[in-house]
This record gives sequence, structure tokens and C-alpha cells, in this order.
Amino acid sequence: MADKLRAQQQLEQLQTRFIGVGHPDTTKHEWMNNIQRDSLASYIGNPSLLQHFSVALNEPQRKVRTMFIDKMIQPCGPPKEKDSEMEDA
Amino acid sequence: MSMYLYALTLVPPSAVTASIIGQFSGQRSQEIIIAEGSNLHLYKPDANAGKLVPLVSYNLFGVVRTIVPFRVAGASKDYVIVGSDSGRIAILEYKPDQSRFVKVHLETFGKTGVRRVVPGEYLAVDPKGRATMIASVEKNKLVYILNRDSQANITISSPLEAHKPRCLLYDLIGLDVGYDNPIFAALEIDYSECDLDSTGKAYTEVQKMLTYYELDLGLNHVVRIWSDVVDRNSSFLLPVPGGADGPSGVLVCTEGFLVYRHMNKRIHKVPIPRRRTPFDDPSRKRIIVCGVVHKMKSAFFFLLQSDEGDLFKVTIDYNVQGVQNIKIKYFDTVPVAKSLNILKSGFLFVSAEGGSHMFYQFEKLGDDDDETEFSSADYTKGEISDYPTAFFHPRPLDNLVLVDIIDSLSPLVNSEVANLTGEDAPQIYALAGQGARSSFRTIRHGLEVTEIVASELPGEPIAVWTTRLTATDEYDAYIVLSFTNATLILSIGETVEEVTDSGFLSSTPTLAVQQLGEDSLVQVHPKGIRHISADKEVNEWEAPLHTVIVAAATNSRQVAVALSTTEIVYFELDDEGQLNEYQDRQQMGAAVTSISLGDVPEGKVRNSFLAVGCEDSTVRIISLDPENTLESMSVQALTAAPTALQIMVMPDSTFPEAQRLLDNSSTLYLHIGLHNGVYLRAVLDSITGQLSDTQTQFLGPKPVKLFKVEMQGQPTVLALSSRSWLAYTQDVSFKVTPLVYEPLEYGSGFCSEQCAEGVVGIEGSNLRIFTMEKLTDNIKQDIIPLRYTPRQMTQNPYQPLYYVAESDNSTLSPSSKEKLLATSSKKQQQDFEELPAEDFGNARYTGKWASCIEVVDPIGQEITSKIELEDDEAAFSIVVCSFSEYQKRRREEEDEEEEEEEKEEGKELDVYVVVGTAKNVSLIPKNCSAGYLRVYKASEDGRSLEFIHATEVEQPPICMTEFQGRLLVGIGATLRAYDMGMKRLLRKAEYRNRALNAIVTINVSHNRVIIGDSQQSVTYLVYRHQEHKFLPFVDDTIARHTTCATMLDYATVVGGDKFGNLWVVRCPEKVSWDADEDNGAQLMTARPFLNGAPDRLELVAHYFVGDIPTSVHKTQLVSGGREVVLYTGIQGTIGIIAPFASREDVEFFQQLEGQMRTENPPLAGRDHLIYRGVYVPVKGTIDGDLCEQYFTLPIEKKRSIASELERSVREVERKISGMRARYAF
Repeated sequence: MADKLRAQQQLEQLQTRFIGVGHPDTTKHEWMNNIQRDSLASYIGNPSLLQHFSVALNEPQRKVRTMFIDKMIQPCGPPKEKDSEMEDA
Repeated sequence: MSMYLYALTLVPPSAVTASIIGQFSGQRSQEIIIAEGSNLHLYKPDANAGKLVPLVSYNLFGVVRTIVPFRVAGASKDYVIVGSDSGRIAILEYKPDQSRFVKVHLETFGKTGVRRVVPGEYLAVDPKGRATMIASVEKNKLVYILNRDSQANITISSPLEAHKPRCLLYDLIGLDVGYDNPIFAALEIDYSECDLDSTGKAYTEVQKMLTYYELDLGLNHVVRIWSDVVDRNSSFLLPVPGGADGPSGVLVCTEGFLVYRHMNKRIHKVPIPRRRTPFDDPSRKRIIVCGVVHKMKSAFFFLLQSDEGDLFKVTIDYNVQGVQNIKIKYFDTVPVAKSLNILKSGFLFVSAEGGSHMFYQFEKLGDDDDETEFSSADYTKGEISDYPTAFFHPRPLDNLVLVDIIDSLSPLVNSEVANLTGEDAPQIYALAGQGARSSFRTIRHGLEVTEIVASELPGEPIAVWTTRLTATDEYDAYIVLSFTNATLILSIGETVEEVTDSGFLSSTPTLAVQQLGEDSLVQVHPKGIRHISADKEVNEWEAPLHTVIVAAATNSRQVAVALSTTEIVYFELDDEGQLNEYQDRQQMGAAVTSISLGDVPEGKVRNSFLAVGCEDSTVRIISLDPENTLESMSVQALTAAPTALQIMVMPDSTFPEAQRLLDNSSTLYLHIGLHNGVYLRAVLDSITGQLSDTQTQFLGPKPVKLFKVEMQGQPTVLALSSRSWLAYTQDVSFKVTPLVYEPLEYGSGFCSEQCAEGVVGIEGSNLRIFTMEKLTDNIKQDIIPLRYTPRQMTQNPYQPLYYVAESDNSTLSPSSKEKLLATSSKKQQQDFEELPAEDFGNARYTGKWASCIEVVDPIGQEITSKIELEDDEAAFSIVVCSFSEYQKRRREEEDEEEEEEEKEEGKELDVYVVVGTAKNVSLIPKNCSAGYLRVYKASEDGRSLEFIHATEVEQPPICMTEFQGRLLVGIGATLRAYDMGMKRLLRKAEYRNRALNAIVTINVSHNRVIIGDSQQSVTYLVYRHQEHKFLPFVDDTIARHTTCATMLDYATVVGGDKFGNLWVVRCPEKVSWDADEDNGAQLMTARPFLNGAPDRLELVAHYFVGDIPTSVHKTQLVSGGREVVLYTGIQGTIGIIAPFASREDVEFFQQLEGQMRTENPPLAGRDHLIYRGVYVPVKGTIDGDLCEQYFTLPIEKKRSIASELERSVREVERKISGMRARYAF
């Protein structure tokens, strides 16, 4: 029992330290959000990728970058209601 | 043996990440550091000449995301903090005495890589240099306290955390608070509510906060002291000077206006003025993309740049209560920048986002012009949008003057390698730039030459010299021209005139001319030596009867000649100024082809070596020391007869430190030019006369001639073959670069009042005098401006012409501009003037497209014709297609009709150009109303295009190629073959795969088609004629986001992906064989393996280049060199990967790379091995850039690495430079 408790605590610790560490009840929406936010952060953080987007969109890099951070707020739309999620599962 | 590749960068990336200014050398002058790709470049502005002088470049081998300068209180030197992907904070110092960056501190704080929550994206310092905050896009913020210890060394504390989970960061600055506790201002959004609220209400109500983080230096912790709501679209912060200099606070830039914010202070708003044009899109709000604050003695001002490139000057009125008023007015228009830097000496450096960086000088500060000024006092109530719009008239530069340009290839969108001009080496034709600053560039390896004089001579001279009259003369006085039967002497002065009283014998050709001793001259001609004293008294030495002089070498005290009897006769100047023959003559045994004496070393009476080249392919070094005069010291066998020799002292790159200590202790080299066009440089031991450490380079098919010329204050060698080359020392490496100039036949140094460092050369019957201004740049570019952002290009198969497809998003085409102009009011029409798009950009309008197809003639350097597309149709791809089947059919039909007419056998086929376009494209989300394949026929020798017809397709065609006389098009996830028809293109075959996203590359060979998908790597297909079917037979194991790919051989593909990797994949031999042998039945019924093709590709090599490859080509870059893979990257990188020639080389470079990794770890703290394998572990590739950093190491490090490799330093360096010379430049 103590082992289980410790494992639980360790997991919780990891979850607070690192964003995106899952748990048994991670929903598809949470997982998708996480992937999208990671991708967007990579687009912003790699100068060559940001330039790639900037050239394609023909907008200044600052504008593209702001747009991507804005997107990180809610990359996959609002979450589903808890109840419907249960039904899916 | 598995394949091993050597990766080298030829042109480093030129897309700026950031540029900063500071006193990095610790002297009083300011310098600029530009971060481009993984490189830091240090430039020193030369205020007098108005130029930026490059000082040093250093590769950090990491993704540099941000750099900031800082200076601790009381210091006189600025340090640099680098935010990279290393998960570490790196503080670097520039050491001017060693011309290199060194690491001061490197503190680890997190995981490596570009990650969402690992700091490195934002970096801010306290203006007084007391603390720095490093932050990530989400959650993490760390504060380090910076200080000095008693030895004035920089110290850094352990980090203090200011994390906030689920909080996104938009911008971060260090607030100017004087000597109060340091405060950092952050622009943040907390999204935790949005993740929980299923109604979506929280998302719409999310608020952007301006938050102050205070570092309490007494308590040593960070607190959030103030947070307030700002406009939702705010994106940029700029600190307002504080302490004794100003009111402190922040300028928050948002869509359409600026706000002044400070803790417990009044808010002031002022709009960002808009351009007054009829093409203004009311839905587009102006934003500020970058800005700079400049503090002067008693005042300060801001320069802010809008997304159209307009600079605005912002000033603030304040008193003790705080800010009273903010004023903004139009300043000037410059290219859209990543960073603006104002220098104290009155210059503005604009590091442009795309295209060249500009260096401007301030003429005035826009203080008393009649530009409308908008003041926050007029915008006090309500929202900015309630007020009438603020407008200004854009105009050409008024306050700034452009003084220098740093050329940049970024963004490099596409390229081709071809030899259209018939030179020795192919040229790179590149599409570079963005929007109205786009260009078509011809890039070739070579030094740019400035011609001073080119004049026609009466005959064709065979040789030319320049000479001064006395040893103390500053400038050359005579140009001596030798013809086959005469000699012509010209004087250098205001005008060039023939001299008749020079004492030279003019009725004979000349072999050498030299200023000898104090004030006499010597002329060597086939029949003898003429020694002319200052009073024109002539002493003649005559060659023995029935012999002639075949070669001569001279310096200021010695003369040596070779006779046709293979004898060497040696003369030396004695104290009375008489030329005395040495009693013995040395028999060489083989016909002498060339002979060289080095210069007399300073403080000595003679040079102690004579180099003699003989017909039997040897070079002999002969001593001239009094003890053993004319004794042979060493013999070197060569691969061909030497045609030119040059003993010369050159700065030695191997031991740069020693050179600095002893100033002139450069190394003695023997330069050898061979009959077969090879040039060699060998170290000549100054005591034993032994030759060692030979470097070779093939110059061209003609015999090589060598001449010593002075260039940029250093001795260099002008080597002439089928092209003219210059061998010189640049930074730390020895370079041999061709001149972009007419091939010369003979040359000599030239020094006159007008031109201190020139070259006089002969080309046919022309005399040419020229100079080279820069030896730093060995790439020559010719630029043809283009209208819009180029996408793809294709070459006419018969003519040296390129067809370029260009398109720009959110841009008005000329026809839509006309429409808008027609509908606008009379007043607006009168009130506006058309400004050049290169400086002011094209008119922007959301959702609109402007696009055109241009025909570029790179040889004539012109655009021969242009077709503008209308109705928001945009071109994305272009290809030349012969439709040979169709043309053959048409011909046959015609022939039947007109049988009596002569058959035109072998007539060139018509050239069709197919352009892939789409209408009303939206990129996010991906959408378009329709795609088209527009077919044009090339007319007027390909110089213009005639529209034939257009075929509608469902999606934008991104890539096209010709395949067996048909057109193969990638339309979304569909690959389709079309044949030409009368009214439209006709579908012939199709391949569709639901797993694919968008086909972006097609390569064909025989029946094999290789498609690259934007997310699903490459798939090999085989085309079945009978069934008109494409059958996939092998695909990849990794979902690579392909951007470009090309075939290396029938089974192998090299490609690049969107994350900056280059990879080589190969189809297993048996699978490749079976696919072609198979009669179709087997593949048709083959079972897909894991939802893909039946087989999988093998990875051969993988390498992270750090830049997104935009094109790859298999080509040969240097004449006589090996084939390489050349790639270009979007940031302007041009690089190669080349296969190793031998197993020994692989082992050597593997060891060297390993040694370099441990002995010279990257400065920003990234592990080199992990950096080159960020996405996929690096495979089969050795980083040549890292190996080449060996040149820049201190000599002790060089020695220790060389001893680990069990070689000498010179040997290691020769291997590294030999590797480059073999493949590229």
C-alpha cells in the first residue's frame, strides 16, 4: 500500500513539475492540447521555422509569433463537458 | 562500407535572430553583434567611412534564440548573454586580443532543446546590469543576479524562480528603474480557465496582463508586485528610461495604438498613424514589430517600426509627477526589421527580416519638420477607435541616409545549379528575398573586381611589369610591356605616355624588369642583361654566343638567369652598385622552365634560395649562401613540368599567435604553378631548403603563371590559368579564389597615387588595371530584383532563361489596386502618390493575392517579360514540359496534311511552361476555391510566354515535373499524369493515398517516380504502362516533413525536412530490382505492410543543419572536383554534403571531430553531438564546420589535438583545408 502511495506521490510530483505528464484519466482533448502547444512553442522557438511561416504568410515574424502564442491559449477549441467525455470512454 | 559524408557550410545563414550594440571590445567604441542562425558576427562600424567592418564570426552550434548585451555597474565592457536551446544560460565575452569569444559563465537550468517550458526564448536584463531574467513561452521564469567580485570578474548567482503555471509569455523586458530594485515587466496571459470551461466563455474573456516582477536584492527573492489588464492584442514592450533619465514605465504596443503604463501612474494612449493611401485595408491594424530607445545627454526618444516598415519617432513629456504627454510622428521608412540599433556616433543599423541589412546615418532627428505629430493629450477619453484615424504621408528618406548594406540571402526560397555561361565551374541561381525586396541571384565563387582602366594596345603584349625608379619611391613610375619583338615603356602619371629615354632596350622582348639597389634598373632580355644606373649609364652583360636566356628571376639585390644550355648564371649587387657574376655556373641537366628568387629579407643582403623548375617535372632549391653558392639543397618531384615559381613570405595561419608576437615572422612558401593547371603551395624551410606540407588546387586546363601582388596590405599571389585566381590569407585560413573578371595572360602589381593596391594585367591586346576592395567575401552575387516573393523556377531547356513563379499573400495586385483607386474618393486620389515598392513594400490587403510569372535572363541581367495573374490567383509551382508525345502526334498529323512541304526533321520541340496556380488561397486554415494548371507556350526564343489554356484542379498544385513526355503533378495527396490537349490538359493516370497530406516533391527516373509528402516522407512508385498505374513499392519508417528531395542514384534519395534535417534514404537492392523486374502482378497484389507500401527504406545518413533546406542538388562545384550534394536553406545557408574518398579520411575526421567536441565544446553550452542529432541521431555524417574551427583554436590546443591524432599541426590543417578544396570553395 505504501508503495502505491509513494508511486502516486511521485507521479503527482512529476505532473506539477512537467507540463503534459499524463494520468489515467487524460482526455483526448487534454492530450491534443498538449501536443499542439508543444508544436506551437517549437514553431516560435526555432528561428528557421518561424521564418518559414512568416514567408509563407507574408507577415512580419512578430505578428506570426504573436498569432501562435494566441493559438496556444486554446489550440483545439473549448473542452468537452465532463459528462459527455465519460460517455465516450 | 557504409557511406560517410562530410558536411560543410559554404555561405552561413544570414537571417537575423537579433542584433545588439555595446562596447564588446572594452574600448570606447561601440560594436554590433548580429546573431544569424547559430553564428555570432561581430561588426565594427567605421564612422568615417560609413561602413561596417566584419571583425569576427563564431559558430555556437546551437539554436540561438535571443542575445542581449549587459554591463555591470562600473565596468567599461559589455558582455553577451545568449539564450539558446542548450537549457543553459551562457555569458560570453569578446577578447579583442585573441579575436574570439570566450565563455564567462555557463549555468544549467533545464532540459535541452527548444521546449515550451524550458527558458531560453526570452531574455531581459536590468539596464544597470544587476540581474537577468530568462524565460520560456510558458510557465518558467528564472532570475540570475549578476555582480562583480574583487578581481572585477563577473559573478552569477543561483537562479531565483518566478514560475507561474499555465501562463503564456508574449514579451519580457527589464524596466529602467535607476538604482531601485530591478524590475522585469512581462506581458502574459493565464489560460488555466480556458482549459476548464467547456462553454468557451472563458476563452473570449481571457485577459492580457502586464506584470511587474521585482527582484528584492536585500531579501534575494522575486515578487510579483503589480499586475494590470492591458489590451488583448498587445504584443510588444519597450522600457521607458527611468531613474535620473526619465519617468520609467513601459510602452505597451498593441494593434493600432501605444499605451504608456506604469505602476500607479496615469495611462496615456496614442494611435499608430496609418499611411494615407486609397489602398488602405481598414481591417488591418498597424502593429509595432520592433523599436529602440535612444538616450542622449538630456533627452531620449523612441524609434518604433510598424509592420509596413514605417519608423515613428516617439517622445515623452514628463515632470516629477510622471508622464504628461506622449507624442508620435512619422520619421522615415526602412525595411521591416528584427532589431533596430542606434549608435552613439549617429548611425542606425536595421537588421532586416528578409533581404539585406541596412546601415543608415542620421542626417537629423526629425525635430523641426512639418510632419503631423499626434499627442496622447488628444486621446484621453474612451477608446482610440472612437477618434478619427491618424494618417501620415509616407515619403522617401528625409532624416536618414543609407551608407552601407550587408548583403543577405535570407529567405532563400529555391535554387538551381547550372553552368549557363560556360565557365569552369557552375553557378548557383537562387530565388531570395521576400515581398517587394525579392531578387533573382546569380551566385558564383569569386572575388569582386573593380576595374580602373581598360585600354586597347597596338599589339598583343606577352608580358607586363611595373617598376619604380629608386628604392625609396612610393609609387610605380613605369609600365613595361613586352611584345614578341619589342618592348614598350609607359610612364604612370596624370596621363600614360610612352617613354623613350628610359635606357631600356626597346627592340627586343623583355624577360624581367627590376628596380635594383638604390636607384638603378635592370632589364633582362633574351640576349643579355642591361643594368641602367640613375644617370642612364648602361652596363650590358651579354649571353654567351649561340645561347639565349630562357628564364630570369630578380630581386632588389640579386639576378639569376637560366640559359638555353640549362646553365644557371647568378649575379649579385656589390657595395659599389655593380652587378657581379658569380664565377661558377650551375648545370641543371634539363631545360629550365621557370626560376624564382624571393625578396631580400629585411636587414639582409641576399635571399638565400633560388628555386628552379625544370622540364623533367622537378623543382630544385639552390642555395645562394656565400659558403655553398649554387649548391643544390633539395629536389621535389612534381606531376607535371612547373611553369611558374614564386618564393614568397606569407602570413602563416597555423601559428597566428606567434605571428602576432614577432610581428613579421611569417612563413616562407614556395608557390608552384604546373603545366597541367595545378597550383601548389609548399612550406620552404628557411634553413634546410626542404619543401613540406604541400597544398594543391586545380585552377584550370591552361598552364599556370604566378605573380606576386600586394592586396589589402598582405602579400598575395595572382595565379593565372584559364581563369585568374588570387591566393591569400583570410582570417585564419589560406584561400585560393577566382576573380570574377576576364581571364588574364600576364599580370603585375600596380601602385600609383590613384590606386595604391592594384594589379595591371594583359588580356588579349587590352591592358587592364584593377583592384579588389574586399577579400573577406569570396562569393560574388549578381542581383535582379523581382516583383513578389518567388516560389519556384524552371529553366528553358534550350536557352539560358529562367521562368519564375512569384506570389504574395495579403498583397494587392495591380488590377485590384486600380479597382480600389477607381472607387476611392476624388480627394483620396489626389492626395496620394505612388511610391517605389522596393522601399515601401507592396500595398497590403488581407485575403488578397498578388502573383506573376517573370522570365529572367541571368546573362543579360534583365527581366524579359512578365505576366501578372488576376483575381487573387496565385502561382505556386512552375515547370517546363515538352509534351513530346503530343508534339510528335501533332507533327505527324501536320505532316500528313501538308505532305508536299519539306519535313523539318530534328527541329527543336516547342517549349511549354506549366504554372500551377490557385484562387483565393487561405493558408490557415488551408483552403482555396480552385487550383489551375495554366499552360503557356514559350515564344520569341523563350523570352516571352503565350497563354494556351488552363485546366481546373481541386487543390493548389505544389509540384510538377515532366515524366515520359507527360506532366506529373502533385495536387494535394493526389499524383496525376496529364497529357496536352487542345482545350485543356487530359488526365492519363492517377495515384491517390489517403495517408498523404500534400505531395511537395516529385523525382522521376525511367519508370520510377519518387514522391515526397509534406508530412509522410518519401514513397517510391513504379509506373505500369499497361495499366496506367502507379504502384508504391517502398516507403519510409519515419514521417519526415519533406521540403525538398533529389535522387542521388536510382535507389537513393537525399532530402530535407521542415525541422532542419538533411537525410539520405536508400531502397534495399532487392526491392529496387524486383520493382522493375516484376510484371505487375506481384506488386498489384502485394500486401501493404503496416498500412504502407510493402517495403521500407533504409536510412543511410542523417544530419541536422539548423536551417530548413529549401532545395538540394547533386552537382560538381569546382572544376576537377568531386560531385557533392549542395543544399540551400531558408535562412540563406548554402552548404554541401560530400562523400569521403577513403576509409583513412573517415577515420581521421571522426577522430578529429571527437577531439573537437571534447576540447572545444560549443560556447553556448549545447552538446555538439546532440545538436547535430536533435530530431534523429546523427548518422554517417561528420561536421566539417566543427572540424574547421580547428583553425581558430589557440596553438596549445591545436598541438594537443594534433598529438592525440598523432600528426603535426600543419598536417591536420592541410587535411582540413584539403577537404574543402576538393569539393567546394
